Amino acid sequence: MSVNLWMQISDYFFNNSNDYWVSVKAHMEISFYALLLSALIGITCGHLCVKHKQYERWIVSLFQVLRIVPSLAVLLLLIPIMGTGTGPAMVALVLLAIPPILMNTVAGLEAVPPFLLEAAYGAGMSDRQVLWKVKFPLAAPIMLTGIKTAAIEIIASATLAAKIGAGGLGGIIFTGLGLNRMDLLLVGGISVAMLSVAAGLSFDLTDRFLFKYKFVRK
Amino acid sequence: MSLTAIEFNNVSKKYSQSGDYVVDHVSLSIYEGEFVTILGSSGSGKTTLLKMINRLYEPNEGTIKLFGEDITTVDPVKVRRRIGYVIQQVGLFPHMTIAQNVAIVPKLLKWNKSKISTRVDELLSLVGLEPQEFRNRYPSQLSGGQQQRIGLARALATDPKIMLLDEPFGAIDAINRLNLQDELLRIHGGLKKTFLFVTHDINEAFKLGTRVMIMNKGRICQFDTPSHIVKNPADDFVSSLIYSSREQERFWEGLD
Repeated sequence: MSVNLWMQISDYFFNNSNDYWVSVKAHMEISFYALLLSALIGITCGHLCVKHKQYERWIVSLFQVLRIVPSLAVLLLLIPIMGTGTGPAMVALVLLAIPPILMNTVAGLEAVPPFLLEAAYGAGMSDRQVLWKVKFPLAAPIMLTGIKTAAIEIIASATLAAKIGAGGLGGIIFTGLGLNRMDLLLVGGISVAMLSVAAGLSFDLTDRFLFKYKFVRK
Repeated sequence: MSLTAIEFNNVSKKYSQSGDYVVDHVSLSIYEGEFVTILGSSGSGKTTLLKMINRLYEPNEGTIKLFGEDITTVDPVKVRRRIGYVIQQVGLFPHMTIAQNVAIVPKLLKWNKSKISTRVDELLSLVGLEPQEFRNRYPSQLSGGQQQRIGLARALATDPKIMLLDEPFGAIDAINRLNLQDELLRIHGGLKKTFLFVTHDINEAFKLGTRVMIMNKGRICQFDTPSHIVKNPADDFVSSLIYSSREQERFWEGLD
């Protein structure tokens, strides 16, 4: 049985390697743009939350509530409004990914000790310079952790996007489900898992590379 | 007499409308080249007084002039770039190397690279740290005393005429503190700058200051040279300060 399964999988790669790589590429593209968009929205909103404390509760709860709606439900709900394809898939993924980025941006910015801000202002930095030279760089490691969490969630959930014709590795999995073909399920599932792991690792490497000061020998 | 570097005219500050004055109608003049120490217990208003000079706090009443110029007429960012500022927690930026930390203000002022790099080496030598060894380290790799030396170097970077030091040696052990005090005196002597040094340590205040300002409850009790203060304490608070220090001396002699 298991030998047979291996045969089927290698057959699949032999005959469909083109389709496979198209799916992988589509999956990565959707994930990348969704992550970019959610980082943009999440970081901007996080900054606004810290700057204007009175809005924090509203912004955070809004995205938390949207996050609770299952991604599959979002996809189906959006069909009457946005139709099918990449658009609604993107919306669903972005909604999913904003909360971790938003929360970590807020946490990171709030963790900057007040005396460092005093030192920055005392040295003669303007508000903008304090933000870009001190606050964001110091919050960056925590923000990056949020982005990593978001990336892994996006890659896993982008599988569902195939349900409404946005392509990606989900297509292989849904075909496998439909035809009851274990080999396709494995190919799709393992590929998604590998992409997730690779994304996680590359964020860890980025962390090491960008924030050397955290890893110096004392 | 030399130029007036810092002038307070009836300056007051309170943090809430109803509350007491933290700094209560203070007038004073500090001349260029002086090393003034401000001595007081916590809550005496000494730090507030200091922070009004670089506009981290704004006074409720009165005017502050630096070299004859009313500081409310100048952009706070510009005022601060002209003043060196050192705080007790040092406040080195952990994500920047030592060289980058020292170069912050020169960089804000857009000096060219080679000028900045020469200046950084010069400053590190001035505060007694070997440039080759320390330039590329991160703050977390330095001891507390070394960090505060860098804090000092950073504040001196653009050769400001006025230096504000807010309990800079408060968190440093006794031996290192004595070394740093001596170095600070050496640096002050060589540069002819006006230093304002806040402390709650009476020995430190009387050792470093060419004049000592003793504050209590937002007012200046006495502002004079150390020997004048010891000879003629202005009020009971000053007398009790000196008495407590003498008591400590006797305690040490008793142990001998």
